Amino acid sequence: MNTTQIYMIGVGGQGIGLLAEVLAHAGDRAGLAIRAVDTHGLAQRGGSVESFLRVGTRVFSPLVAPGEADLVIALERTEALRGLCTYARPGGRLVWYETAWQPLAVRLGREAPVETAAILEHAASLGVNARPVHVPDLPDPRMQNVAVLATIAGLGWIPGLATNHYREALEALAPPRAVAANLALFDAVVTAAESGRARA
Amino acid sequence: MPESNLIQPDPWSDIVMGNTAIVRAMAVSGTRVVSAYPGSPTPEIAEAIARIPAGERPFYFEFSTNEKVATEVAFGASINGHLSCVFFKSVGLNVAADTFVQLSLMELVGGMVVVMGDDPGCNSSQNEQDNRHLARLCYTPIWEPMDPQEVHDMYLEAAAWSQKMRMPVILRLSTHVCHAKMRVHSAAFPPAPQDDTPRFDPAAGPYLPITRLVAPLKRRALEKLERTREKAETTPFLKVLPGAPGPSSGPPGARRGVITAGLPTASLLEVLEGVHGGPDVLRLGLVHPLPERAVADFLRSHDEVKILEELDDFLEQGICRVAYREGLSCRVRGKEDLEEWIGEYTPPKVRGILHAAWPDLIPAAVPPAPAAVPPGTAPSAVAPSARAPQMCPGCGHRSAFHAIAQALAPEDITVADIGCHTLGFLPPYHMGQVLLCMGASCGIAAGLSLFQKSRRVVAFLGDSTFFHAGIPGVINALFNRHDFTLIVMENGTTAMTGHQAHAGSGENFNGPTKALSIQDLLVSLGATVRVVDTYSQGKLTQLVREANEAGGFQVVIARHPCMLAHMRRETKKPGYVKRQVRILADKCDQRHVCVKKFGCPSFFLEPGGAVHVNADLCIGDGSCLQTCPSKAIAPPAAVPLDGPSVASAPPEET
Repeated sequence: MNTTQIYMIGVGGQGIGLLAEVLAHAGDRAGLAIRAVDTHGLAQRGGSVESFLRVGTRVFSPLVAPGEADLVIALERTEALRGLCTYARPGGRLVWYETAWQPLAVRLGREAPVETAAILEHAASLGVNARPVHVPDLPDPRMQNVAVLATIAGLGWIPGLATNHYREALEALAPPRAVAANLALFDAVVTAAESGRARA
Repeated sequence: MPESNLIQPDPWSDIVMGNTAIVRAMAVSGTRVVSAYPGSPTPEIAEAIARIPAGERPFYFEFSTNEKVATEVAFGASINGHLSCVFFKSVGLNVAADTFVQLSLMELVGGMVVVMGDDPGCNSSQNEQDNRHLARLCYTPIWEPMDPQEVHDMYLEAAAWSQKMRMPVILRLSTHVCHAKMRVHSAAFPPAPQDDTPRFDPAAGPYLPITRLVAPLKRRALEKLERTREKAETTPFLKVLPGAPGPSSGPPGARRGVITAGLPTASLLEVLEGVHGGPDVLRLGLVHPLPERAVADFLRSHDEVKILEELDDFLEQGICRVAYREGLSCRVRGKEDLEEWIGEYTPPKVRGILHAAWPDLIPAAVPPAPAAVPPGTAPSAVAPSARAPQMCPGCGHRSAFHAIAQALAPEDITVADIGCHTLGFLPPYHMGQVLLCMGASCGIAAGLSLFQKSRRVVAFLGDSTFFHAGIPGVINALFNRHDFTLIVMENGTTAMTGHQAHAGSGENFNGPTKALSIQDLLVSLGATVRVVDTYSQGKLTQLVREANEAGGFQVVIARHPCMLAHMRRETKKPGYVKRQVRILADKCDQRHVCVKKFGCPSFFLEPGGAVHVNADLCIGDGSCLQTCPSKAIAPPAAVPLDGPSVASAPPEET
């Protein structure tokens, strides 16, 4: 099996680290080799943060090259477009949490905010299958990361990983007080994604 | 998140980063004393240590006040018989250097491992210096692991060799070796009984490198280094990886090889996947001293060898020396372009370098996968706005910069230092126009203030940095009667690297301690000191004006606790109530001071010019209220946890 190259991008403070950890453990539970690396240090202070994950049978480096990601996962709208433009390979996939944390230049009124339509249009031009994710009325915005995870699981977007691998990793790694709520959300979103996949 | 037990005597395995794997190796090797100063990419080593319950830690750990002191602590422990380890970031070695360069002259009876986190690519450093040079300067061996498993395994090798040879041994990591994650395995180990007998014996030295005593010590260091060369020749980490056979492998005159080590090895292996007729690879474990026999054999059996090394031409110099001395005809290809000296050797970088060397063998780039793009469709022109790091919501530094800006004239000069407050250089504050390294601001400011009175010089200095390397610059300003204003940005912690305690925090890594007061210290030195909480923005503006008008060396302590650390504690408390400010639409006349001048990321602009508060970001600190000329920001009030979100409804799926 070829290596699946996953590029994750978000804003410091959104909880991208736990999402990356769950995906890495899911790959390990599927019996595959994983190499991963997160951003640490200065960039975590509200800047763009990225995380790489490579899953497969022969993996050496944790780094994903620009333009080569099979799957881009973004936790914010501007970052979704950034990940799409810089890391997605043509014909790859993009899933993002549909929220907006305005970058400074947008807040200062110097640059225009990214519109969802622009992401979908650019994705189409690259042949990238793009899915925004947003579950309304969640008590903690970081739970949207679970919805993103479940969407990937339900759509089967990482070859070699089955839904139970994601679910077991989530159960093992989520904060104890949040496990039940996260698993319930995971199951609901997986079911919805699977039915959408069946329709398609 | 459940943690595996890093110190269990049974075999251990987990998915961890290099910075965690090394802590397992510390326990397995029987390391007894570990010291450090926080700096990326290494502080997560201490986070892994902190996750071992204090009573169960098999070794002592401390964050020292700087890297030099940390190195001295580890040295002192080693000459008393304890296996010790010091770790710090790349440029930390510059601070430690005065001590570090002496280590190889000494009999380190307990052994000592020096772990340094180099930062090719400057992910979080002010340069990308190649610390192998300083190891050569003082005859110290270097191990270079390529991934977390090797971090663990090579630490054990380094520790054992250091104990056996009574010499310092370096484990040189780099950012994406420290932070890379994989499944790491570690064998069972019998916990050794801990022997705390103080074994320092002056006769085991001498430990006084004075004049004529130095030559024998240097000779001994060189002899140890030569014995280590034999280790470099025989270690199983030295490997020849044969290239995959293919049509172009092995024709006479074209036998190709690559010599590499460390993280570039992983990138190289990725690039060579699927390449038929690819080069053989000689992978070094110890990169200093060079295993000259193995290198000569490799050169002899190849016609052309490319040296793939990140940063400087350290290996190249040694390998060329071997080729020259042995009279080898192999064409040795080192760095052939300035770009080969710069940046991290990621897989695309390595691909580019090998393609330049052997365009017939290595394609320029991976051919793009066939895309489902309709013919004639061009990618739309899109460019997402850059998102640089910034100060957090509620950060006291934001209030400080907002207030200080109003006390300065446009021509005044601001000098930055290292810490979260370095981010003040970014818009909209533009505070801090020159930056060198830890604690340098006072010295630079002193120089800038000479021969002139027309441009007031203002230096910034964080509190951890004050203790680390700032004090000599402060004392120099007093001693030599310099003329500038120092603003100490005191947030009570070492924030940028992950909230490590410092001498002013009132706690150290292991428990409560007396908080050293920077204010008292400065007053006792005879400095004129003004102190204010940065949330009192008007007062801070006034104090900086006073200080600047008074002339001479003046200090303002701009104090506010790190709000990121504060909120992490608060939100975990039972009964935590989330509070946020909101914009009073009837009062807001859209002057946008909150968004554009104060610049808290919690505020955002609607396309029509209305300002809103991002419910994900605002922490309800209220430091923004005073910045609104129209009083249109309502004081923080409790909000329901399932309160309104800024996220819009998801669009229909396509």
